[in-house]
Amino acid sequence: MNIVVLVKQVPDSGSERNLAGDNTVERQSANNVINEMDEYAIEAALKIQEAHGGEVTILTMGPERATESIRKALSMGPDKAVHVLDDALHGSCAVATSKVLAAALGTLNPDLIIAGAESTDGRVQVMPHMIAERLGVAALTGARKLTVDGGTLTIERQTEEGYEVVTAATPAVVSVWDTINEPRYPSFKGIMAAKKKPVQTLALADLGVEAGEVGFAGATSEVVEHAKRPARAGGQKVADDGNGGVALVEYLSSEKFV
Amino acid sequence: MAEVLVLVEATRDFTVKKVTLELLTLARTLGSPSAVVFGASGAAAALADKLGEYGAEKIYAGEGDEIDGHLVAPKATTLAALVKRVQPAAVLLPSTQEGKEIAGRLAVKLDNGLLTDVVELTADGVATQPAFAGQVVVKSKVTRGIPIATVRPNSLTPTPAAASPQVEALEISLGAADTLAKVVDRVIEQKGSRPELTEASVVVSGGRGVGSGDNFKLVEELADLLGGAVGASRAAVDSGFYPHQFQVGQTGKTVSPQLYIALGISGAIQHRAGMQTSKTIVAVNKDAEAPIFELADYGVVGDLFKVVPQAAEEIRKRK
Repeated sequence: MNIVVLVKQVPDSGSERNLAGDNTVERQSANNVINEMDEYAIEAALKIQEAHGGEVTILTMGPERATESIRKALSMGPDKAVHVLDDALHGSCAVATSKVLAAALGTLNPDLIIAGAESTDGRVQVMPHMIAERLGVAALTGARKLTVDGGTLTIERQTEEGYEVVTAATPAVVSVWDTINEPRYPSFKGIMAAKKKPVQTLALADLGVEAGEVGFAGATSEVVEHAKRPARAGGQKVADDGNGGVALVEYLSSEKFV
Repeated sequence: MAEVLVLVEATRDFTVKKVTLELLTLARTLGSPSAVVFGASGAAAALADKLGEYGAEKIYAGEGDEIDGHLVAPKATTLAALVKRVQPAAVLLPSTQEGKEIAGRLAVKLDNGLLTDVVELTADGVATQPAFAGQVVVKSKVTRGIPIATVRPNSLTPTPAAASPQVEALEISLGAADTLAKVVDRVIEQKGSRPELTEASVVVSGGRGVGSGDNFKLVEELADLLGGAVGASRAAVDSGFYPHQFQVGQTGKTVSPQLYIALGISGAIQHRAGMQTSKTIVAVNKDAEAPIFELADYGVVGDLFKVVPQAAEEIRKRK
């Protein structure tokens, strides 16, 4: 099975993050890492490859420095990577991003596309369905379990009321949450091997997408302004003197919660 | 006044979710609200009274097995056809997994901008969105097409405004690609009487400090006394204390209740990402230096196994 995993480089969600002066995600000063949920997507792909054979390809759209995350992804075990890299992409909205990724996927002809359910920067959660919409393939999203039986994919996805079992034939897009598996750590051998794995770079011209369709020029929405949220002022802090529970209820009562 | 389409979210036994009432309330500030119901046959009729109570002037119904037996693609296709026909001023959807998925497909179909995780939307289309775990507040707008916005639950207080909507059945005309993802089973898991986590006005969460799954009874007890939902930090979920669907944080649910009580939660960024837009935050933690106290409006430094039972007892006394 020919599997492509979508990987996004994001600023580390455990650190201070902000938007830059041009209202895009500040990446220059940030500690940039693989989007955490994508590691679960890579693990899911590797497990299928181990059981059924085939090839695993990483697909990333991002600036030059996203190469670090591509190598990190490859060190887990995938065979090769494709990096969509073009200055005109800076400032792209989700709608335009899906157009570019769909075009890149068109050149790779995958049976299965696996993505993290959301990125920790935008948390927009729409890319798998946007890509499926453009490619005219099924989207099985939000999987906590994925099984492959020949050309049939089956997922379980959590809902508010329980869970659903959803099935589709390949080709399809699957997105996964962090409940699906435990991603492996790259081995030393994997890290060394990743340095030699092929990474193909594609520009917009290679994908037949015009510069005006993407980036700020082609964006369907714009950020008007952004500001740091004023830090919450810490309030009262009391040490429990044996009456902490009563004091807590006093406070809740004063705020009309009790 | 132009129509504003509101995607209705309801339980499978046809109870309208609170977020839908919030969306109808918001829609009334933007135009004339029209509710769009997708689901099993009979869904719209079952929901009509409640939707009318909150101001739905019209109800569009997309019902039947083709809609209900697949993931979101048939809904998006049917909604896109409706948008093209009625030319609404905006489309509002809940910022839930399904709401976002439909919105994403709709944006691609219409080549239209998309705003997600919106907490405010003005009549001139400017949306307010918390970003990066609530550290940043972003204002943005759609520059191509109409505002298609997914709105977070608990972003505003729903208010009734009676209307008497007629139900109009939508024609379902799907392409081959719309019915590829088939729902083959739906398992409804036993659910208690607690409100849903993202919609609850009170959330009581437990963290690593709760110590075990058994001890979560304390968290549940306090939640039940306050009529709230139960949440858990990632540390508590990873330790197996509580199921994943109750996880609050960066890789779990984002909640914004009137009152959030954090028990034995240190307040790592991972957790803050999911709760720091709560109106009032209360924390109990034995570590006086825990970062959760930087957010808390009221904090008790102490042993939660002493403080929480005492608080529960005190609430019972006052009832």
